[in-house]
Formats: sequence, structure tokens, C-alpha cells
Amino acid sequence: MATVRVQQAVFDLGAESAALAAGRHDIGGMASFVGLCRADDGLAAMTLEHYPGMTERAIEAIAAEAEARWPLTGCTIIHRVGRLPPGEQIVLVLTASAHRAAALESCAFLIDWLKTRAPFWKREEFADGQERWVEAKAEDDAAAERWARG
Amino acid sequence: MRILYFAWVRQKVGRAEEEVAPPPEVVDVAGLVEWLAAQSPGHADAFANRRTIRCAVNQEFARPDQPVRQGDEVAFFPPVTGG
Repeated sequence: MATVRVQQAVFDLGAESAALAAGRHDIGGMASFVGLCRADDGLAAMTLEHYPGMTERAIEAIAAEAEARWPLTGCTIIHRVGRLPPGEQIVLVLTASAHRAAALESCAFLIDWLKTRAPFWKREEFADGQERWVEAKAEDDAAAERWARG
Repeated sequence: MRILYFAWVRQKVGRAEEEVAPPPEVVDVAGLVEWLAAQSPGHADAFANRRTIRCAVNQEFARPDQPVRQGDEVAFFPPVTGG
């Protein structure tokens, strides 16, 4: 069962890794992905909006899919919402397994699916005061599609 | 029926949510979109390009042919951009 949190507050990868591994002797490796807010084209901040209720359900469903595909011994997903200036953390995906391949592959799968199947929307704010909604990218869809079971 | 709007769909409609009572001939998502689009200029603008709108019924992603009924929570939003 994955730990899923949607929060405004910053997260601590070290603390989350320690919490996931505490008291466990069956974990052979952990993989993590931390998404950060990047300052493209004079970006001043990004605001993340979500669909409370559905967001948690959707992330839990994505985590359950990962747990069905790989023998995971732990999984933590934290996604931040609200206004985030460049350099701020946006998302954490942390996976643990007996062996590295399952941890690494499931971590990549989770971030690919989070980008295309969890109800979050990013609005960008620029230094000149302009704002715009980020558009979904075809390459994100392609990245998520590579995990499709044929 | 409770309707929720997110991101630019919310901005164009001009509200985050509303309670609606569509007529009985509205039986699925596609029919609901047609009916909502006729409710105000803001709704018409939000639903102008149907292909750019995604939907969830009772917090599960839904296609245009998904049935909707009284008491459902139906959300409309752009393609997601999290992660």
C-alpha cells in the first residue's frame, strides 16, 4: 500500500527514504525521482491546481498498478500544489524493492503515468506579469504509452 | 447534478462549480456538454473546442459516451499537466 500525499508544504527526500526503510530488512534498493520547478523563459512561478478527492484516488490507482507490475516493498508519492517559484520541489516518487530493476523501472513508470493520469494543472506566471496554462505535451503521452501492455 | 470546472475551463465558465438539473434527454457526457455549452457565453467559450476538454464522472476519467444521471459529480478540465 503506497503512501500518497498532496500538500502545499515542501518535502524531505532523506526523511521520506528513512521512513520508508525504517525497521525493514527486505529492501535491497530504493529509487527516487524529484521533479523541480524550472525557470524557462523568465518564469517567475508556477501554480499547481488539482481536483481534491479525485487526485488522491487517481494517484492511489497508479500506485496500485505499479505494485501489480513490480514486486515493490514500499512506495511514497508526494505531489505539491499551490504557488511554487523556480527551484522549488514539485513531486516526489520513491520506490523500494528487493532488487534495483523493480525499484528503478517502477519509479520511471510512476512519474510517466502521474504526468498523464493525475488531475493536476500548471499555470505559469512570468516576470512581465503574463500568465498562461501549461499545455499537455505529446512527448509525455508517448512516455506514458511506452508502459502500455501489448 | 454537481458540475466542477478546473484550470482554464473554470476561468472561461466563470465559476468553479454549479448544481444543474439537465433535461431527461441528457443521458451521457456528450449530451451534457451540448446542454452546458448553451447555458451562457462563458460556457460556450469553455466548450468551444470539445477535443481540448477532458471529463471525469464521480472522480473517474470518462469518455463522451459515459452515462450521467442525477446525483453524479461531473468535472470538466483541460488535459492534465502535473508531475
